[in-house]
Amino acid sequence: MQNRCFSWFWKCGLALMLAAAALAGARAQDLKSFEQKTTTKVLPNGLTLIVCERPDAPVFSYSTFIDAGDVNDPSGESGLAHMFEHLAFKGTTEIGTTDYATEKAALAKVEAANDAYEAEYLKAVGRDPKKLEELKKAFKEAEAEAHKFVVPNQFTDVAERNGASGLNAETGLDNTMYFWSMPENRLELWAWMESGRLSDVVPREFYKERDVVVEERRMRTDSNPIGRLVEQFLATAYVAHNYGRSSIGWPSEVGQITATEAMDFHKKYYVGANVVVAVVGDVKASEAMPMLEKYFSRVPAGPKPEEMTTVEPKQFAEKTVVIREQTQPFYLEGYHRPDYRDPDDAVYDAIGDILSNGRVSRLYRSLVRDRQIAAEAQGFSPFPGDKYPGLFAFYAVPLPGHTPAEMRDAIHQEIEKLKNAEVTDEELAMFKTRTRAGLLHGLADNQGLANNLAEYQTRYGDWRELFKQLEKVDKVTKADIRRVANRVFVASNRTSAEIDTEAPASAAKKDGGAE
Amino acid sequence: MKSLNSGQLSVVSGQFGVRGARAVIAAAIGLVLLAPAAMRAQQNKPWEQIPIPKLHDFKPQQPKRIELKNGIVLFLQEDHELPFVSGSVLIPGGSRDEDKAKTGLVELYGEAWRTSGTAKLDGDALDDLLEAKAAHIETGGDEDSTALSWDSLKGDADQVFSLALDLLLHPKFNPEKLELAQQQAATAIVRRNDDEGEIASREAAKLVYGPTSPYTRQPELATIGAVKVEDLKAWHDRTLGGKLIVSIDGDFDPTAMEAKLRAAFEGLPKATAEPARHDAFAGPKPGISFINKDDVNQSNVQIVGLGTDRRNPDVPTLAVMNEILGGGFASRLFQKVRTELGLAYAVGGGLSFAYDHPALFRVNVITKSVSTVEATKAALGEIAGMTGTPFTQKELDRAKDNILNSFLFRYDTREKVLAESVRLEFYGYPANYLETYKAALEKVTTADLDAAAKKYIHPEKLAVLVVGNGAEIKPSLEELKLGPVQTVDITIPQAGTPEKK
Repeated sequence: MQNRCFSWFWKCGLALMLAAAALAGARAQDLKSFEQKTTTKVLPNGLTLIVCERPDAPVFSYSTFIDAGDVNDPSGESGLAHMFEHLAFKGTTEIGTTDYATEKAALAKVEAANDAYEAEYLKAVGRDPKKLEELKKAFKEAEAEAHKFVVPNQFTDVAERNGASGLNAETGLDNTMYFWSMPENRLELWAWMESGRLSDVVPREFYKERDVVVEERRMRTDSNPIGRLVEQFLATAYVAHNYGRSSIGWPSEVGQITATEAMDFHKKYYVGANVVVAVVGDVKASEAMPMLEKYFSRVPAGPKPEEMTTVEPKQFAEKTVVIREQTQPFYLEGYHRPDYRDPDDAVYDAIGDILSNGRVSRLYRSLVRDRQIAAEAQGFSPFPGDKYPGLFAFYAVPLPGHTPAEMRDAIHQEIEKLKNAEVTDEELAMFKTRTRAGLLHGLADNQGLANNLAEYQTRYGDWRELFKQLEKVDKVTKADIRRVANRVFVASNRTSAEIDTEAPASAAKKDGGAE
Repeated sequence: MKSLNSGQLSVVSGQFGVRGARAVIAAAIGLVLLAPAAMRAQQNKPWEQIPIPKLHDFKPQQPKRIELKNGIVLFLQEDHELPFVSGSVLIPGGSRDEDKAKTGLVELYGEAWRTSGTAKLDGDALDDLLEAKAAHIETGGDEDSTALSWDSLKGDADQVFSLALDLLLHPKFNPEKLELAQQQAATAIVRRNDDEGEIASREAAKLVYGPTSPYTRQPELATIGAVKVEDLKAWHDRTLGGKLIVSIDGDFDPTAMEAKLRAAFEGLPKATAEPARHDAFAGPKPGISFINKDDVNQSNVQIVGLGTDRRNPDVPTLAVMNEILGGGFASRLFQKVRTELGLAYAVGGGLSFAYDHPALFRVNVITKSVSTVEATKAALGEIAGMTGTPFTQKELDRAKDNILNSFLFRYDTREKVLAESVRLEFYGYPANYLETYKAALEKVTTADLDAAAKKYIHPEKLAVLVVGNGAEIKPSLEELKLGPVQTVDITIPQAGTPEKK
């Protein structure tokens, strides 16, 4: 019964763009009304709690926002932040174990056995296959021994039995988020569970879970044409910064992450000053705050981790990736832009909106409606993250019979128009109106609101910036758009990636070995 | 501003691949789930010491239902939190009702209806007018219905409603917009074999319903090419005479809104019911099928059979059974295939129910090529085990807790309550369905589960489909001992090519 999107692999271009616009600003009275129902408290350990009262139904949603993601993975350990996120579902010293004291010793043996195996495996010279086999066996035995103390999936089981809905987590390059919704009478239970896994996580079943994550990589990246293309695209666009590194991890690296490395990551990044927890729903701040404070004070204090020194150097050579394979053609390009703190941040949003938002957008009208060469075309930013300088990216999906080269040329023509003439008053006004409406729409959903409050609190040090963004949006001028387009959309700042469709290697080739 | 990860360009990873959305999830087994030592009782369960107070009183606000003399039903759901008004008109009749030779018609209709616009205002002008107000009017087609929906800020609500009504009653289908929709549909067709998961779920459904079933037949270049503007117009004129359901949500004055809706819809002719369908659902031919894809390193395994429909009185029991088989982290499939064996990121499934026809039984596992056979066997073992070992009280309690404690998320917003009311009205279910369903869930016993598993879980009737890289799948699929491996041809017919029989 729900409307299906006609498009094939993007879910709903329009919805995505609305989501992007969802955070601009609103009238002052909206901020005022939110200030009345929103309470913020920074605990002595540095952790920030936000409670927003929205008592429509007896439920709440929460978002725990960690200011660390796969961009923070140490060299040689790509995929580590995500791997830790999986570990955070495995329980604590109090949940998920029959006897933690004994389990702890068994886990230490697992780690030692893995270290021994890995040392032999990585030997450049003189690796002994027989010894490797024995070490593997010893590792498996240690793992089985440790497994005896595990109550599998108990953490999530307790959450689900208590009505958790939408339980999940996401690791991006910039940050890691944990979230679910629950009946309001489970608030204290949740606080116990969430503060427990932030402060007291145990690396149990780590190596099995690593296999699961490697399967996730196969699904998202290796076995997906667009996943493969994006990984190569980013690896080409960046020469120094970690935005260029596989976010789920290069196979050899994510496949060799150890529990010790994951726990080191936790120790460094899961400290109070690096964590914001937002709760939205049928919660009274005056009653809940003391209880929340009690539990979340368990999170270790610690300094905000040092910022990374790497800054992507200015690109001076245009770069291109071509993947030739038997999938349908696709075109993607990107230009380096500054991070979200740049004074022109809202100008990039304006460009994205005018180029891409809906059937009035320039790329739709040009490539899809009038020239009829693409099924969809969009430009958006920042990608793949916003904390550090990202890309302004464009992509287009050719209609049958049309090529990536035509997409590129058509996109460049639209870019030239932005550089050579100002946008219309109507286009600029539309951007501002849609941004305002988008923000308002986002306020009606507990989970979405919790995510936004936590993210803005982290990124700007004040959740109110969610509303204040509109002031920046309102200040964007036509001249700003033209100026930024001329500065950023230049060939030497460009990386492109495309899939060129190759004919099957041999039409006569048999269907493979499974028969 | 916040970073945007456009759908297919995502660099975000998470906990789940497939899970949740579907009411799916089923079967499981009596294999030992935990290593023996883990059966030792935990001495201390601190979470059980945490008080769980009585839930705050909550009576979800029901929308006001008005049935007009012509059979059209109106639902009004007030919600003054934000200054928006949205609405929709749901129209019976969807892609399962379209002419087979014109498969894809309803999708094209759903697209071209809105992009064409009306005699007064063509679709492009409508885009300009609406987007300047951050308002929307959209149309779309689905399996059993089409819909027109709109939303706007409160101040624009009257004008946007008039425009939506004009589009509902006076569309002017434009051949150029149909052509545009056909081009996009053609793009989807030629790309449909690029993604392994898309191939697997589509072809598995065809194994169950048959390739020419109204529920699985797919648009081809030839069938979308056969659709003419007259077909869209004829479809519109026919379905608009059906029993429309009009729903309004948001910040409006109820008296004025009711008057406005009456004025708009009371004058329409008496609604005629969409003819009843008499589809046959035989279920799959048991056995193993394979589709080769050279550019993947993972197999997508689908184990499928026939599900049931929601009117079946066994549905509450089946919902509990689904939860035990594949409903969450503690489900048998997840525990076995992901947690214990580490063979899959995405694993889940169950016996699903549609509102007016049998849905699928489907278990899905995605695993690296070399573990295809092992993971398939593990999943089949869980399914076979559903009837082998009695369900325990512990499993039942857990499943009920999972379902019942999160039950209020079905109606925790006014928007969800409205959507549920529309859904029940559309399929002719009683308005108190959720209450009776919940009461029935509470009464499910282990004996019910055992009986339902015997009645509905038939491993010998299931079909297995593997989409994967044949050269890497070792041991071979023959090792599953499910008979000769049937290769499925998914070649996309070119335009003008007669459809294969």
